[in-house]
Amino acid sequence: MLEIGNKTFRSRLMLGTGKYPSFDMQKRAVEVSETEILTFAVRRMDIFDEEEPNLLEELDLQKYSLLPNTAGAKTAEEAVRIARLAHASGLCNMIKVEVIGCDKTLLPDPFETMKASVQLLEEGFTVLTYTSDDVVLAKRLEEEGVHAIMPGASPIGSGQGIVNPMNLEFIIEQSSIPVIVDAGIGSPKDAAYAMELGADGILLNTAVSSAGHPVKMAEAMKLGVKAGRLSYEAGRIPKKIYASKSSPEIGMIK
Amino acid sequence: MNIQVNGRRIQLNEHEITIGELLESYNVTKRISVVEHNKEIIKKEEYEQTKITNGDTLEIVHFVGGG
Repeated sequence: MLEIGNKTFRSRLMLGTGKYPSFDMQKRAVEVSETEILTFAVRRMDIFDEEEPNLLEELDLQKYSLLPNTAGAKTAEEAVRIARLAHASGLCNMIKVEVIGCDKTLLPDPFETMKASVQLLEEGFTVLTYTSDDVVLAKRLEEEGVHAIMPGASPIGSGQGIVNPMNLEFIIEQSSIPVIVDAGIGSPKDAAYAMELGADGILLNTAVSSAGHPVKMAEAMKLGVKAGRLSYEAGRIPKKIYASKSSPEIGMIK
Repeated sequence: MNIQVNGRRIQLNEHEITIGELLESYNVTKRISVVEHNKEIIKKEEYEQTKITNGDTLEIVHFVGGG
C-alpha cells in the first residue's frame, strides 16, 4: 500500500489527465489503468461554452483522489494562489507543487518550489512536490515536511525515460517519505525501472495520452508499475561479469 | 457597470449584482467551479451575499486536464 499524508492507495500509478485525443478514450484509459489518483490543472472556465466537456464532472469521486497541480506558476505566490483555488473546490486537500523555472526544459525553480511548499504546508495542505532529481533539494524538502517528493525522470513530456538512475536511487535511499517518479516516463520499461529502483509510485501523462493507443498503453503502464514493484520487493539478483551455470554439474551423461 | 471576468471586459445593465446571480446568468452553478473576487476566494455559502460592483475583477476557474 502506498501512503501519502493520511491516505492509502492500492495503485502505485498516478495518471495525468491532459492531452488525450478524445474524451471517451481518456475515460477508458483511466479505468483500465486502475489508478486511484488523477492530476488536474486549474484554469479559467470558458463561461460562454456550457457544453465544454469536463472529465471531473463525470468521475465517481469516491473512486479517485484528485491531485491538482500548480502548473503554470512561475513563482511561489502564483503556485499558492492556484493551490488555494483548487482547495476551495472542496474536493481535495492534496496539491502537486509545480513551479517552472525554465520554459525550454520545464525544469522546476528550486527556490520558488521550496517557498511554495513551505507555505502550503503551513496552510495544512498535503504537499507533493515536483522537483528535479537533485538529491540535496529532495532532502531539504523532506525536512520541511512535504508528504511526498516527486523527482522528474527527465523533462516533462519528453519521454526520455530515466536519464539519471543514480540520483533517483540516492533520493529513494535517503527518503523516508514516498518518492513518486514524475515526468519523462516514455514507456512501461521506464516505469518498471523506476519501480525496481525502489520508487513508491509513478506519475505520468503524455506517455499514455499521446501513445498510439492510449487505452492499451494505460494497461501496459499499470503492468509495468506492478512488475517493477514486485521485482523490487522480490530483490533482483546481483549483476556478475561472468556466467554461472543454471543446470547441475553432477549427473552428466558420459 | 463594467467588470472583468476571466480577463474579459463585460458590460452589465445592473449597477449591482451578487456572485450567485452572475453565476446563474452564465449557467455556471451546476458546474464544479471556484470563484475569486478581487483576488479573494469566495466560499459557496457567500455567493448570495457577495456583491459585485463596477470595476470588480472575477476569476471563475475549474479543473481541466493536466499532468
